[in-house]
Amino acid sequence: MSQTEYEVKVGMECHAELLTQSKMFCGCRNEFGGEPNTRTCPVCLGLPGSLPVFNKAAVEQVLRTALALHCEISLHTIFHRKNYFYPDLPKGYQISQYGSTPIGVNGYLEIEKADGSVKQIRITRVHLEEDTGKSIHSDGAGYSVMDYNRSGVPLMEIVTAFPPDIESGEEARLYAEALRSVLLYLNVSDGRMEQGSLRAEPNPSIRPVGSEMFGVKTELKNLNSFRAVQRGVEYEAQRQAAEIEAGRVVIQATYGWDEEKGVTVLQRLKEVEQEYRYFPEPDLIPIDFDTEYIESVRASLPELPLARTRRLREQYELPAADALQLVSDRATADFFEESAKAAKDAKAVANWLLGDLTRLANAAGTPVSETPVTAAALADLVNLIVAGTITGKIAKQVIEEMFVSGKTASQVVADLGLTVSGADEVAGIVAGVIAANPDVVAKIKGGNEKSRGFLVGQVMKAAKGRARPDDINRLMEEALANA
Amino acid sequence: MALTPEDVRSVGSLARLALTDNETERFTHHLNGLLEQFARLQELDTEGVPPTSHAVPVAAALREDLVRPSLPREAVIAMGPQVDEDLGGFIVPQVLGE
Ligand SMILES: [Zn+2]
Repeated sequence: MSQTEYEVKVGMECHAELLTQSKMFCGCRNEFGGEPNTRTCPVCLGLPGSLPVFNKAAVEQVLRTALALHCEISLHTIFHRKNYFYPDLPKGYQISQYGSTPIGVNGYLEIEKADGSVKQIRITRVHLEEDTGKSIHSDGAGYSVMDYNRSGVPLMEIVTAFPPDIESGEEARLYAEALRSVLLYLNVSDGRMEQGSLRAEPNPSIRPVGSEMFGVKTELKNLNSFRAVQRGVEYEAQRQAAEIEAGRVVIQATYGWDEEKGVTVLQRLKEVEQEYRYFPEPDLIPIDFDTEYIESVRASLPELPLARTRRLREQYELPAADALQLVSDRATADFFEESAKAAKDAKAVANWLLGDLTRLANAAGTPVSETPVTAAALADLVNLIVAGTITGKIAKQVIEEMFVSGKTASQVVADLGLTVSGADEVAGIVAGVIAANPDVVAKIKGGNEKSRGFLVGQVMKAAKGRARPDDINRLMEEALANA
Repeated sequence: MALTPEDVRSVGSLARLALTDNETERFTHHLNGLLEQFARLQELDTEGVPPTSHAVPVAAALREDLVRPSLPREAVIAMGPQVDEDLGGFIVPQVLGE
């Protein structure tokens, strides 16, 4: 058992493919997948004589993100060539942004921890670049095959500040989750980590607690889920500590995450800092933003997830976990608010939405906001329960029927005759149950209170869930007193 | 600060140029000549002058986000020195670990 205690510091580089129609510098369609090499042209293949032209929508999406992440905006933003040779890069360089004038600088993203505390994670830059091609592995052929459909797709890079603010695998996961959620709210990314359209690459390093120096960091790749981000960082921090404890040093390198084995695997050593020979891209003129344009984009930003979570909690008195779950998807949160406005009990709307409706939607493979149960129909259901027209138990049956037929709650209740049984009807059932079970009644009279539950159960069964529990208890009490 | 033949060889390897000894010597001479010219420019007082990345003072033109037709795949594939017809892609040396 080691005496030294270590702490982990994690920098994060995230890449998001932007949600544009066309690529960054040419008119080829920006879309995931497709038959290899069916969406290329002289520009994205890097053929001699072709010239790149900025996609306005891509620039605006990065600007929106930078503003949402509280960045300062470079009024004069420059693009550079990052030169390296790799088969996925047809031009022999990637157009990127280097140095001090990326579109956004010095921002931050807030994460909310499990204990409810909020932590600010500083962001050093938000910049715009282009994605590379992709290799298709040809099994056993001894070579790789390149597909350039992804070449030139607009890519946004978001980098956290140094020294790193993220100090655990959990915080790394929360950061990735919070970032994805912001990107989804801004409608600039589809957030699909499993498809690689959103990539989170943490670079953890450890140092003894109290040390002023930073340790050597390693870079993690192939993290295809939030869970993998947390596990990868935790594993890597332990591996680094074990290296140091064993008297070895941590070597600067890139590691890939092996999801199945739950380990990181060495991919590439970084013995020397790669020399990319960055220089200003001569084919592209710098972009000048005017402040009026920046302010108009800022004014168009939607309410962001964390602010919305806080507001939902206060405005509708929702538990923190419910608010968080509703807000994680913008359409679900919109659906909730629309329904809550028309309902007499917002908390009940949240419960039905996150409970039965989510269960039904998941089983059908549809987003919760796009099922036959509309926001207004859910509000109607809740209002029927609040008014005492149906019981909560019957409501479960009603929502199933609403989900299948697309009818409103009121229609379903009327069609199936599911309104609550009147007191007279319940009293009749209670009398019947008591008459049919004289031995049980005798036990209760003899002081065995447990047997009362049996009689209540019999009444509920006979009433087919349409009797209010309050009514049953009250009428049972009266009937037993008179029995 | 003059360049050594070693510097020239390493710059050459970054650009994937296999330089002969003869060429290395020649380019060391040429490049040092260029650096001398730049050293003279360095003597100018540039205090308060922002770094220039482009010589023409115009702002970039941005295009609307519209899809235009791509090249037919056959035409694209035909440009490759080696192609895999089945997969419809360019053959390159095996890419490992990525
Ligand atoms: Zn293209």
